[in-house]
Amino acid sequence: MNSILAEMLGKQEGCSRGRGGSMHLFDASTRFMGGNAIVGGGLPLAAGLAMADQRLRPGAITACFFGEGAVGEGAFHETMNLAEIWKLPMLFVCENNLYAMGVPLDISEAETDIYRKAQAYRMPAEQVDGMDPIKMEAAARRAVEHIRSGGGPFFLECRTYRFRAHSMFDAQVYRTRDEIAEWKQHDPIERLRTWMVDNHQITATELENMEAEIGAEIDAAVAFAEAGTLESVDDLERFVLMDSVVQETAA
Amino acid sequence: MNTPAKTSKGATKRAAKAPLQKPAENVVPECMNYREACRQGIREALTNDSRTFVMGEDVGRYGGCYAVTKGLLEEFGPERIIDTPLAELGFTGAGVGAALGGLRPIVEIMTCNFSLLALDQIMNNAATIAHMSGGQFAVPLVIRMATGAGRQLAAQHSHSLEGWYAHIPGLKVLVPGTVEDARHMLAAALADPNPVLIFEHIVLYNAEGDLDPSVQGVDIEHAKVRRAGTDVSLITYGNSLPKCLAAAEELAALGIDAEVIDLRVLRPLDSATLIESVSRTRRCVIVDEGWRSGSISAEIAARLAEEAFFELDAPIRRVCGREVPVPFAMHMEEASLPQVADIVASARALVQKA
Repeated sequence: MNSILAEMLGKQEGCSRGRGGSMHLFDASTRFMGGNAIVGGGLPLAAGLAMADQRLRPGAITACFFGEGAVGEGAFHETMNLAEIWKLPMLFVCENNLYAMGVPLDISEAETDIYRKAQAYRMPAEQVDGMDPIKMEAAARRAVEHIRSGGGPFFLECRTYRFRAHSMFDAQVYRTRDEIAEWKQHDPIERLRTWMVDNHQITATELENMEAEIGAEIDAAVAFAEAGTLESVDDLERFVLMDSVVQETAA
Repeated sequence: MNTPAKTSKGATKRAAKAPLQKPAENVVPECMNYREACRQGIREALTNDSRTFVMGEDVGRYGGCYAVTKGLLEEFGPERIIDTPLAELGFTGAGVGAALGGLRPIVEIMTCNFSLLALDQIMNNAATIAHMSGGQFAVPLVIRMATGAGRQLAAQHSHSLEGWYAHIPGLKVLVPGTVEDARHMLAAALADPNPVLIFEHIVLYNAEGDLDPSVQGVDIEHAKVRRAGTDVSLITYGNSLPKCLAAAEELAALGIDAEVIDLRVLRPLDSATLIESVSRTRRCVIVDEGWRSGSISAEIAARLAEEAFFELDAPIRRVCGREVPVPFAMHMEEASLPQVADIVASARALVQKA
């Protein structure tokens, strides 16, 4: 969390040295291959990573996250097809929050059940209540089993909602407060909390302690980020060209 | 190597089993065409490194649109020679990902016009990820594409877009103009940790040249003087190289000794070689099949004006492709491209003025 928050503030302690910002978080050490700010642009790249896994790291899976706005892009359709014809070990996770920035799903897509687009490429696909962590966990488990068994890619459409604005510049004129309030009734964190307490998975004390720990971690990360330093302007052109395939030499 | 590529109608049939081992000393130069040289380069890469593979449209069963990969599917199998759907954006992006993931993809895009469908992946991912990630990832990807006009393929198969790509930081842009570079540039590109684009000119595929067996590799940093001269520098690359060499012969008959420089690499541009040459000849003509406005020829002219202005005895001149979509009809296509007579006229005018 430290390196993410430092990245958001453009500090060189950030995971991308402050060069990527919130849209381009990368972390080679965890094989987190970056946020792509060209909507849909990460999908072909993920297919290539899966090609490499298929040959070099059997059993590895590339998980690729994107919103329903990405399915309007050609990159989505080209990647669906490539993944299925090459049986790539990929998990596609479409977080369908019903708005691509401000454009509602039903005026931007002829087929609003996104998982059916994957099925059109003969890819196994499920639509899941993305506001229900228990159902999500079960669906992800099924998907990963399918991929690990050599069955090729799997597609999860997760129906969800964005509670907050798209960005700092978003006045949210495209939706009503009532709609947001209604969706907040299905907050997955609240649902998970209730489910765990009801099923004796966690006690109230444990929850309190956990929240305190998380709060402290966030406070520490904010402090870390604010104390971070700025990269020297002398390094502006550094890494335009690389001297080595650094991700391989480091590994 | 100063052997000019000679255009030949008949493609050589030999070399399907060309030797890859280091040749003995004093072996006679081998004559082959540019297409075969490209194929030998690919075969060598596939033989030497199991991480390499070729991916593109019709590279396998069809044998490549320009027959460069002919026979390689049979030799290396479908895991190494991958026929893709018509999805330039998708498979080029997959090449970026595969490179990030540890492979060494050779992506073939049938012509550079089609590369515009993949431009997002080339520019926003391949060229950008190293810097944008703070140096955590390199993208060791090679993209080969056919470029240029001269075979009556009309406006959507004939353009020269290598100059555009030379605009983009994070890429290297190679333009083999000789059989030797066609044979050896791929190995250098694959050894480079950065994304490298190789533009193979469609007219050069049938051009023949001698391959010196003692040459085991080429650099991808420097321009090369292909013909030394004292009166004027002809700065060019690709299929304009044989045209400039022919122009130099005509100029020699007129008593003008032209130097011909093959750029070889459009990015990074080897300014030093160009400045050194014009500092001796004091005149230059830049010859580029690409459009004039905002072009690589404009970039070269600007650099020479910035860095060698006081070395010049005459204004910099350019012979470029006419600023039109390349037309189909042969006479119109020829009129749209730099021709030997244009180069000769431009150089003569410069030298006579001085």
